[in-house]
Amino acid sequence: MRLVVDLNRCQGYAQCAFLAPDVFAMHGDESLLYNPEAEEDRREDMARAVAACPVQAITVEANSLDGNPGTDREIGR
Amino acid sequence: MTEAILRQIIDYAHRANPYPLYAELRKTPVYHDADGPFVISRYYDIQSLLHDPRISSDARNLRAPAGGGPLAAEADEETALPPSFLRLDPPEHDRLRRMTNRPFGPPHTPRRVHEMHGELKDIVSGLIDGIDSPDRIDLVDQFSYPFPVTVICRLLGVPREDEARFHSWADIIAASLDPDPGADADERAKVSHNARTELGMYLAGLIEERRKKPGDDMLSQLSTAGGPDGVMTTMEVLSTAALLLIAGHETTVNLITNGMLTLLRNPDVLERLRKDPNLAVPIVEELLRFEPPVQLVPQRTTVADIEVRGVTIPKGASLWLVLAAGNRDPDRFEDPDRFNPDRGDIQHLGFGSGIHSCFGAPLARLEAQLALSELARRLENPRLLEDPPPYRQNAVLRGPRHLPIACDGIRP
Amino acid sequence: MSADGSLDRLKREGRIVVVGASLAGLRAAETLREEGFAGSLTMIGDEPYEPYDRPPLSKQVLLGRATADRTGLPRHRAIDAQWRLGVPATGLDMAARRVRLADGDEVEYDRLLIATGVRARPWPQEDEAELDGVFVLRTRDDADALERSLAQGPRRVLVIGAGFTGSEIASACRERGIAVTVAERADAPLVGALGGVVGEVAAELHRKHGVDLRCGVMVTRLEGDSAGHVRAAHFSDGNTIQADVVVVSLGAQRNTEWLAGSGLGAGPRGIACDAGCRAFDIRGIVTDDIYVAGDVARSPHPLFGYQFLSLEHWGNAVAQAETAAHNMLSDSADRRPHIWVPAFWSSQFGVNIKSVGVPSMGTEILIAQGSRSEHRFTGVYGYQGRVIGAVTFDQTKWLQFYQQLIETTAPFPPAFPTVDRRPEGQQPMPADFPDPSVPTHGPTVTLSGYAPDDRRLTFTPARH
Repeated sequence: MRLVVDLNRCQGYAQCAFLAPDVFAMHGDESLLYNPEAEEDRREDMARAVAACPVQAITVEANSLDGNPGTDREIGR
Repeated sequence: MTEAILRQIIDYAHRANPYPLYAELRKTPVYHDADGPFVISRYYDIQSLLHDPRISSDARNLRAPAGGGPLAAEADEETALPPSFLRLDPPEHDRLRRMTNRPFGPPHTPRRVHEMHGELKDIVSGLIDGIDSPDRIDLVDQFSYPFPVTVICRLLGVPREDEARFHSWADIIAASLDPDPGADADERAKVSHNARTELGMYLAGLIEERRKKPGDDMLSQLSTAGGPDGVMTTMEVLSTAALLLIAGHETTVNLITNGMLTLLRNPDVLERLRKDPNLAVPIVEELLRFEPPVQLVPQRTTVADIEVRGVTIPKGASLWLVLAAGNRDPDRFEDPDRFNPDRGDIQHLGFGSGIHSCFGAPLARLEAQLALSELARRLENPRLLEDPPPYRQNAVLRGPRHLPIACDGIRP
Repeated sequence: MSADGSLDRLKREGRIVVVGASLAGLRAAETLREEGFAGSLTMIGDEPYEPYDRPPLSKQVLLGRATADRTGLPRHRAIDAQWRLGVPATGLDMAARRVRLADGDEVEYDRLLIATGVRARPWPQEDEAELDGVFVLRTRDDADALERSLAQGPRRVLVIGAGFTGSEIASACRERGIAVTVAERADAPLVGALGGVVGEVAAELHRKHGVDLRCGVMVTRLEGDSAGHVRAAHFSDGNTIQADVVVVSLGAQRNTEWLAGSGLGAGPRGIACDAGCRAFDIRGIVTDDIYVAGDVARSPHPLFGYQFLSLEHWGNAVAQAETAAHNMLSDSADRRPHIWVPAFWSSQFGVNIKSVGVPSMGTEILIAQGSRSEHRFTGVYGYQGRVIGAVTFDQTKWLQFYQQLIETTAPFPPAFPTVDRRPEGQQPMPADFPDPSVPTHGPTVTLSGYAPDDRRLTFTPARH
């Protein structure tokens, strides 16, 4: 499950790091580090983190992108 | 014409539905009359002022003490404790909040809230199991009230055998924050004062014990853990514990009760939640927009003359930020008076914003998500017995005093 | 819709080619589909990978908390494109509307978006740059190689250049317990972007975390052993240090060489475009069919005196790509200007550094909140009596307020008190930027074109 955080928007509220600590971690008081490709079994935590972000800065890849070359295999044509 | 609005908002008669008044208030985005506060009700203005370093949370910056205002009763919860970080500016605010966060959340304690999941669920299950007569349930007394107090006890490290005593003090203090106009004011003040003193002495004793023999609870760690910011004094720990108890508790009660009330008024959403507990996540966010537990922030002041929409708010003025009005601002949210957990865009003001944004937000979110999804799953055919239910006096921490409901039975 | 229906036809069956398959290219492609483009879309990228995110490379990846091959950007929507990855574009025929590829193919377009970005500036001495153990950090492959070498526990890493990337690399090394020397030509880290007053704080952060920071020196020579592995570096002050890993972090170069001779207004400073992202040709005439976005673009900004800004900023790439894509499919009246307020972040030594506006235009700085010695503060930059930029160290929640001051061209120094104002914040001081004629290791905003005038303008920011 791919994700990206718009760190221009991020203000360090850390809601994601509380709710999905296997994906998001605070580094110091304000800096956010995250795993850009989270494990599938963290999907429930991720949903909580995405919804809780006070600045709506987290984007997670949509579940199914029909016909989109979204993997290396398809791209390496 | 607008002069009466503030009085009406305070007036208990409008407690069940203040939203038409907020809509009226939004027509005068910077509302002010006579000696009253400057009242801000539009989403973008509130958002911006919550991040404005010319706005102070420290009462010492108020030009005149908050006497005579319509919320005077709430403003003077007399206490011998130093102000908690809620009522301080940086750098003191930042230092105390960082120290409080150290045993609570990331970066130092990243998993505490996440790992409370199981315990929270057990508490919820226990409370629902304890409902004996499904034909008349007071959701407040039997569920929404005891749940967060128990959670705070566990978080602070109050021993299980003391939880009952702790609950009774908390109940008295909570009641004093929301005075029943019928009760004897002197008697109430005395009872509340005694409860505060007893709770304070109890916590002081506990802190003393934990200093000698620390556990992994928050109270132990607040009393002993030293980081770059040093260790809290006993008074600071007490004042912080009181803040966590009162702020964390009152608001969660309302979030859960308002939540169940709203779901019972929107049975289609309740049914969806019963089938899909994950829907609790967007439901709670929409609730924080639609029925925020803290309706307004009445404790800010200006450290300079500032201009908002062409109106100059003088230095030292009292400022009210009406979060609940901003949350229903049609300039920000489409169809704002509709409860719609499917709206993708729910960037609400329910937990405030900026440096004072709700400290306990992640815990409150989990508590409310679990509470609502479990109630939806287990109560069979739930329905309201009174609509609107009786509300508490408090216009700021607004919520039902009781929520009488009935159901056909309790599912396992 | 256009009177002759050509826009409809473009949307229905046109051919759009995007050169550059990174953040800007991907977000542009998504916007094109979002706005109803149903024709053929070709994505050309020189790297063999689908679009990935670069900021984690110098942070999570170097810390070993994520791997370089798992930084792919999440997709907002399906884009149904023809992907030509691992094949750089080598030329442009503007008249025939064709892009030439390295494998000899040519791709025709009706609209072209150029988002080829920048690459790391290499170590100038080629033979030294080719020594084993000498790295740059820009791409996924770079990060992968550097991380693997850090994982082997080098005795000492030398980072040449203390800009944001260099500082982040040094920070990651220290966190992994690796000895680091940082060599910086200027007097302190980050001075090009933030000036000397803030650079001093950055220097303290380096030293507090055990970095051997050497400022005011240049690396004159890298020395290899008999096996061709780097082993030492010689400095302009006569010193030599032993290092088995050297990271060259001397800023970036714009990827415009492939456009040489095409007639497009492209050069070492980027590709000039108008506020609507349309590229200029070398005659200064705006093109109708070629658009630019991201790090490679230079575009005029009304807030900064219509100077041409080129911004190596993540947020700029996203915003400019969206605007370019929108404008590609719009009639002139429906086009939007790209007026994103510059903003960036960096995470180093556990401190969150964020900035808005253009600090490097500032001549003065006021520490409006907090304290430099505590490494938590907000600095406001002034230029000709107005607020032009701001920076926060671990005080990001205040930054949007200062962004509003920039957007409304508020006077500098701000005339009001704030909470947490300290004695050091009573008076502005010179921001202490190095002489712009002396090259530094890449401020992240490059100014070109004429100087801003003192005109006040009304700027209505987008609501987010």
